Amino acid sequence: MLKINGLSKTFGLGSINEKLAVNNVNLTLQAGEFVTVIGGNGAGKSTLLNCIAGVHEPDQGSIFLDSMDITFWPEYKRSQYIGRVFQDPLKGTAFDMTIEQNLAMAYAKGKPLGLQWGVRKADAAMFRDRLARLELGLEDRLKQKVGLLSGGQRQAITLLMATIVEPKLLLLDEHTAALDPSAAKHVLRLTRELVEQYQLCTLMVTHNMKNALEYGTRTIMMHDGSIILDIAGEERREMTVEKLIDLFGRRSGQELDNDRLLLS
Amino acid sequence: MSLLAMQGSVELGIIYAIMALGVFISFRTLNMPDLTVDSSFTLGAAVSAMLCTMGHPLLAIPAAMLAGWLAGNVTALLNTKLKIQPLLAGILVMLGLYSINLRVMFNRANIPLLNQPTVFSSLQGTSLESHAQWLIPLVLLIAVILILYLFLQTRFGLVLRATGDNDQMVRSVGVNTDTTILLGLGLANCLVAFSGALIAQYQSFADVSMGVGMVVIGLASVIIGEVLFGINSLLRRLIAVVLGAILYRFVIAVALHLGMPPTDLKLISAVIVTMALAAPVIKAGLISRRKRHSRRSVHKEG
Ligand SMILES: Nc1ncnc2c1ncn2[C@@H]1O[C@H](COP(=O)(O)OP(=O)(O)OP(=O)(O)O)[C@@H](O)[C@H]1O
Ligand SMILES: [Mg+2]
Repeated sequence: MLKINGLSKTFGLGSINEKLAVNNVNLTLQAGEFVTVIGGNGAGKSTLLNCIAGVHEPDQGSIFLDSMDITFWPEYKRSQYIGRVFQDPLKGTAFDMTIEQNLAMAYAKGKPLGLQWGVRKADAAMFRDRLARLELGLEDRLKQKVGLLSGGQRQAITLLMATIVEPKLLLLDEHTAALDPSAAKHVLRLTRELVEQYQLCTLMVTHNMKNALEYGTRTIMMHDGSIILDIAGEERREMTVEKLIDLFGRRSGQELDNDRLLLS
Repeated sequence: MSLLAMQGSVELGIIYAIMALGVFISFRTLNMPDLTVDSSFTLGAAVSAMLCTMGHPLLAIPAAMLAGWLAGNVTALLNTKLKIQPLLAGILVMLGLYSINLRVMFNRANIPLLNQPTVFSSLQGTSLESHAQWLIPLVLLIAVILILYLFLQTRFGLVLRATGDNDQMVRSVGVNTDTTILLGLGLANCLVAFSGALIAQYQSFADVSMGVGMVVIGLASVIIGEVLFGINSLLRRLIAVVLGAILYRFVIAVALHLGMPPTDLKLISAVIVTMALAAPVIKAGLISRRKRHSRRSVHKEG
């Protein structure tokens, strides 16, 4: 369970470029809740996720994961409980290392880091098994370098790495935005399967309005650093992309602008 | 070139290879250009020479390695805790160590080790006595390669390699990259100082400026090795570095033999590394020129 209270983050405090990127956000995710996040350019979606992941230290507010106050934990320490997939497929893996080595590092999360053998035989067999479930034929390429893979394959592997040790929270920041439509669809399907299988508490930023309503159990919309819409259940089931855009206009007093926004 | 001179350059190459493996750790696995090397090499030599004059040639080696390790740690801390760029952090430590090295050498610019026992004299009286000069470094080098080969495949070794590839990914699997850089640069400079310690005993002297340009020689070895012997597997990469280091010594020996003044050595080193670093660019340039050329001739025909 994730609990965010009064979270604020300002960039360039005191300079002419001062920007209040996240403005007093309150958000609680129940166990197993899968929340999609939408909003215009610069709405603060990535900043919110980065504050949760520990990339940025918030100026105000607190972040609790289960009963742990992680507000001031360093990024690497939170990562033990948080799985992440980034927009940039290059960010999630070490390109000059093999698929199995990448998976082994992810699988060692939370275990002591020492001189144990890096990729153990039994683990490799398990990796093969898990890779097969991605349905990308990667199970026969364990010893190949990740640098040789396509963006979609890398995102699928990053997703597997993010969940191979069950996280308390999964953060996905437009993790399919850099992929072609069919790869994006595949990765989204894998995302849904993994989230459902482990009942993962998930925050997924997307610029695809249709996906935002189609995937997950709850949708929030951000504007100017604040959450201006939060729908779930019945209300969400009856929501359409058109109604969502209309709601955005009324709540923010602006047209929804996002140069990557997909309405269908 | 005489056989003796050739043997000498191979011996030197074997010892310098240990230094080059250190540079490989910082430059390739951590992806950090670490200039600490110049001074940690001298530090290793200075510590080694001092302990030799006190009659502890064996203890000298681990002591030098420890000193090098700490020097690397300082550079790492400047980088990770004070956010100083790696290049600058290395330069600062290099500068500071110059004074420390002089102190270690009791403010003398060089220490001769004439008639002092060294690790190379430890085989005296055995049948291997006459081979000590190459046998001891070779055994040590093989040990270093084996240990690195195994270490770089351990859980920590993998994370160390990944730090150079993608530090963001390392943090997102729950590992503190400050720690990997601390230990990585420690290990790198530990090897460099190890090499310096052996060189001092091999040449029977230590000089406060003997490390000048060492990082460039290390880089030259790494790059020559990669270009000529490939980067396919980990073991191959390690051995390539070693062969690169030996080849480098060879080239220098040949150049000296052909009458190049020893004072030009550093210039030659710089030119070799420049060429090696530029090789990919030049290669790409040639390929694209060939492409343009062939397209032009197609145009002419059509
Ligand atoms: N590291 C930073 N330094 C300064 N300003 C930043 C930084 N990161 C983000 N910002 C600013 O904070 C605001 C929120 O940015 P953020 O990246 O969170 O938006 P977003 O909702 O993810 O937008 P997008 O849909 O374009 O990804 C923007 O105005 C941005 O310019
Ligand atoms: Mg963003």
